[in-house]
Amino acid sequence: MTKRPGLSSMLAVYRRELLSYLTTPTAYVFIAVFLFAIGLFTFQVGGFFDARRADLTAFFTFHPWIFMVFLPAIAMRLWAEEARSGALELLLTLPAPTWALVAGKFLAAWTVAAVALLLTIPLWITVNILGSPDNAAIFTAYLASLLLAGAYIAIGSAMSALTQAQIVAFVLAVLISFLLTALGLPLVLDFFSGMIGGGVAEAIARFSLLHHFDAAQRGVVEFRSVFYYVSLIALCLGFTALAVDARRGG
Amino acid sequence: MLLQVEGLRKTFGRRVAVDGIGFSLDVGEIVGFLGPNGAGKTTTMRMIAGYLEPDDGAAKVFNIDVAQDRRRAQERVGYLPEGAPLYGEMTPWDFLRFIAEARGMSREAARHAVRRASQDARLGDSIERPIETLSKGYRRRVGFAAALLHDPMLLILDEPTDGLDPNQRHAVRDLIKKLGEERGLIISTHMLEEVEAVCTRAIIIDKGRIVADKTPQALIEEHGSLERAFTALTGGEERA
Repeated sequence: MTKRPGLSSMLAVYRRELLSYLTTPTAYVFIAVFLFAIGLFTFQVGGFFDARRADLTAFFTFHPWIFMVFLPAIAMRLWAEEARSGALELLLTLPAPTWALVAGKFLAAWTVAAVALLLTIPLWITVNILGSPDNAAIFTAYLASLLLAGAYIAIGSAMSALTQAQIVAFVLAVLISFLLTALGLPLVLDFFSGMIGGGVAEAIARFSLLHHFDAAQRGVVEFRSVFYYVSLIALCLGFTALAVDARRGG
Repeated sequence: MLLQVEGLRKTFGRRVAVDGIGFSLDVGEIVGFLGPNGAGKTTTMRMIAGYLEPDDGAAKVFNIDVAQDRRRAQERVGYLPEGAPLYGEMTPWDFLRFIAEARGMSREAARHAVRRASQDARLGDSIERPIETLSKGYRRRVGFAAALLHDPMLLILDEPTDGLDPNQRHAVRDLIKKLGEERGLIISTHMLEEVEAVCTRAIIIDKGRIVADKTPQALIEEHGSLERAFTALTGGEERA
C-alpha cells in the first residue's frame, strides 16, 4: 500500500476510464461529430470568412450550444453504466475514497473534451496565416472553453450518478445545461427584467454559463468567472459523490 | 477472530432483507451460506464487503467495524460479487492491474500482485484477450483473481460456481478448498452437494434470519440429507 491511497485510486480510475473511451467508438464518434458541428457553425452560421476579421469569434460563440448537447453524451455513461452492469459493486468495495472515484472519472471525460478542443487548433493556425489575430485573447478563450466544457461534464456526471439509464442521464444533463446556459440570453434576461426588475435579472445572469463565457471570449480573464466555473464543477462533483454514496444506504 | 457479525439488519423500503444476523468466522473455516432466493444472503455479504451500510448491528473484520472504518476493513476483505461483474472490453491483465492500482498499490506492487493472483486463480494464457470473448468459467476465475490481489485473509464469494458447467465447477471448488486452508471463506450457493464437498460449516438463512449454523455432517445426521434440512428449515414451498 502506498502513502496516498486516494490519489493512486484516482489515477487508476482515470486511466481505466480513458482506456474505455479509447477502446469503444464513443470518443471517436464524439470527436468527429464535434469537429464537424463546430466547423459547420463557424463557417456556415457564424460567417467566419464573411466577417473578414482575423479572429475566432465566429468559432467560440457556438461552444456553449455545441457543448451543451455533446458533453452530456460523453458524461452520461460515467456512473449510469457502472450501476447497470453491476461493476459499481466492484468500485464501491475497493478501499478507495468516493472522491477519488468521482474525480478520476470526471478527469477522464474532461480529457476527451480537451482532445476535441486541441484538434481545432488548425483553425487557430489558419487565422494566423490569414491575418494577425490577438493570440493572447484566443489562448484565453481556449482556456475559458476548457473550463466551460468541465462545467458541462460535471453536470453530466452528477446526472449520471442518479440513474442506471444512460439516456435518462443524457436528457437530464442537457436540460439542466440548457437552463444554466440560456439564463444569460438577452431574450431570457429581458423577460425576467420585465417581470421582476433589472437588478434581479442581472443577478440571475451571473449564474449563467453563457454570461461568464462571453467575457472570456473577448479575451478578458475575470477571476470571478474562473471562480464560477471551478465552483460549479466542485458543486456538481460533490453532488455526484453524495449520489454515489447514497447507494450504500440502499 | 477474522470476522464477527452482530445483529446485522437491513431494510429496503418496508421490506426487511436482513433481520438480525450474527455469527463469527475463524481462519481455516469455509462457511456455506444457504437459503432460498431473497433470503438475505447477498445483502449480508454486501454489508460485510462494505458495499451496503447496515441499518443496525455491525460487521467487524479483524475487529474493524466495516461501517465505521470502511476503507481499513475493505483492505482486509476479498469480495467476489454475484455474477462477477467485470469490464468486458478490458483484458484480464489490464483489469487486474486496474483493481490493484485502485486498491492503492504502486505500479510495481500491482504487477507483482497480478502475476501472483492470476497464478492462484489459474488464469493461464488467455490473460491478453478481451474479457468479453472469454468463457464464463474463465471470467469467474478473473473475478477470483481480482478478489485475491491484495492477499486478503477473509474472502467473500457470492455464488462463485453459479452458471458454470460441471468441469468449471469442479475447478472452482478445488480452488476454494485450497484457499480455505489458510484463510476464512464465506461462499453462498444453491448447490447443496457443494456445501457437503467444500464447507466446514453451513449457515442456513431464511427471511433474513439464521435458522441453522452447524457442520454439514450435523445437518445430514439430523435430517437425513442437506436437501431435507434445507426444505424443513426454510418452509419448503415456493413463495410468490
